[in-house]
Amino acid sequence: MKRIVITGMGIYSTIGKNLEEVNNSLYNGISGIGIDPKRTEDGFRSPLTGIITRPELKELLTRRMRIGLPEQGEYAYMATLEAIEMAHLDEDFRLKNEVGILYGNDSSAVPVINAIDIVRNKKDTMLVGSGSIFQSMNSTITMNLSVILKLRGINFTISGACASSSHAIGMAMILIQQGLQDIVICGGGQEVNAEAMGSFDGLSAFSIRTDDPTKASRPFDRDRDGLVPSGGAATVIVESYESAVKRGAPIIAELTGYGFSSNGDHISVPNVEGPTRSLERALKYANIRPEDIDYINAHATSTPIGDLNEAQALFNVFGSKVPINSTKSMTGHEMWMGGASEIIYSILMMQNSYIAPTLNFENPDEYSAKLNISGKRMEKNIDTFLSNSFGFGGTNSTLIVKKIK
Amino acid sequence: MTRDEIIVKVNAFLIDEFEIEEDKIAPNANFKDDLGLESLDFVDIVVIVERDFGFKVNGEEMINIRQLSDLYDYIDQQVNVHN
Repeated sequence: MKRIVITGMGIYSTIGKNLEEVNNSLYNGISGIGIDPKRTEDGFRSPLTGIITRPELKELLTRRMRIGLPEQGEYAYMATLEAIEMAHLDEDFRLKNEVGILYGNDSSAVPVINAIDIVRNKKDTMLVGSGSIFQSMNSTITMNLSVILKLRGINFTISGACASSSHAIGMAMILIQQGLQDIVICGGGQEVNAEAMGSFDGLSAFSIRTDDPTKASRPFDRDRDGLVPSGGAATVIVESYESAVKRGAPIIAELTGYGFSSNGDHISVPNVEGPTRSLERALKYANIRPEDIDYINAHATSTPIGDLNEAQALFNVFGSKVPINSTKSMTGHEMWMGGASEIIYSILMMQNSYIAPTLNFENPDEYSAKLNISGKRMEKNIDTFLSNSFGFGGTNSTLIVKKIK
Repeated sequence: MTRDEIIVKVNAFLIDEFEIEEDKIAPNANFKDDLGLESLDFVDIVVIVERDFGFKVNGEEMINIRQLSDLYDYIDQQVNVHN
């Protein structure tokens, strides 16, 4: 079977706008969570969110390129610039070879709302402007980046709720293994704004621990009370080993396993059986045993039932020994972006031999007590890690990544 | 509004919002070949013309606008009709 490797990474997130900043935040346990006063004004139950600033793109992109990009598209562009530079995928190469893009994204609320407001108020669709349609569609990131970067390979968006970008990486692995593509730009983007989060807030799924926002996201902790929505974008360059060697590209890590499953159960409440099958399938794909995993980046979003069921699935498959953390304790829940970003966070930890703290993990509950989770950073050599991403509708995705030796 | 005032306003939004270099702006400049604008950009020109000049643009009439002086003429005519 063809070996699949990662040759570039880039990130634009609430805990740093490039790999170096993000690694520093992970190492030191720095939270990216704060308060958005607009959400309070809008009657939200929770004003908590990841805090991020939009990049200034005027010097980097033409007007035509910029006006099609929504917020999460801007983040995706910045993350992808960092990744393609690391992977040595310059424009000349991209024009002469088939480089694909598979990106996770599952909403684009603000442009949709703005367009509908204009049509309702002005009764003239032309006044919506020419960029709106390209910002509004779920495929906004792939349609824009494929044009900006002159990509000529596979080109579409994967919408799989909070597992979107993890599935995007998994799909790229399969395409490359089939020999259909050599290089695919993968990742996930997530908008960070009140408009996109109102309906989610309405489900009472968000933490309301507003007295200290950095303590609100507390995966696996006994006193967790909900997730904190967040976002940004993360890009990884997925490539066949042969192509990477031929190009002389830096080989950062090897993707060895992809598992997936669907719960076939409740639309928002996860279960234990579905994630367990995803974990087992990923191990089988990688042809390794549970004890070969040195570290698990859990999906764990800090919701009472989600973390409880994932803890049971992890215990069933891995037992008590393997160190587990949830980087969502620092970033909040990056949703469509989370699958890709958490691969990057975990690779940074693998490269620097540590496991970031699960912030605010102070007291375990009955199930997390059986797992190896720490509220403090652990110094640890990691050769192989596993990362989980689960989403609404019971979609599950698991990726396994190995150090290149 | 005088024609000169129209010209100043149109040139200003082309420079500020469409990022066209000032030295490319001339009455006989072709939107496509000289200014690098395309059909999608005309949608945004309509939005700005309505905003800045306060009349309703008929998209069909914009089809005949090829060079900058055509746009000055069109706005001049519409503003005078409205006044």
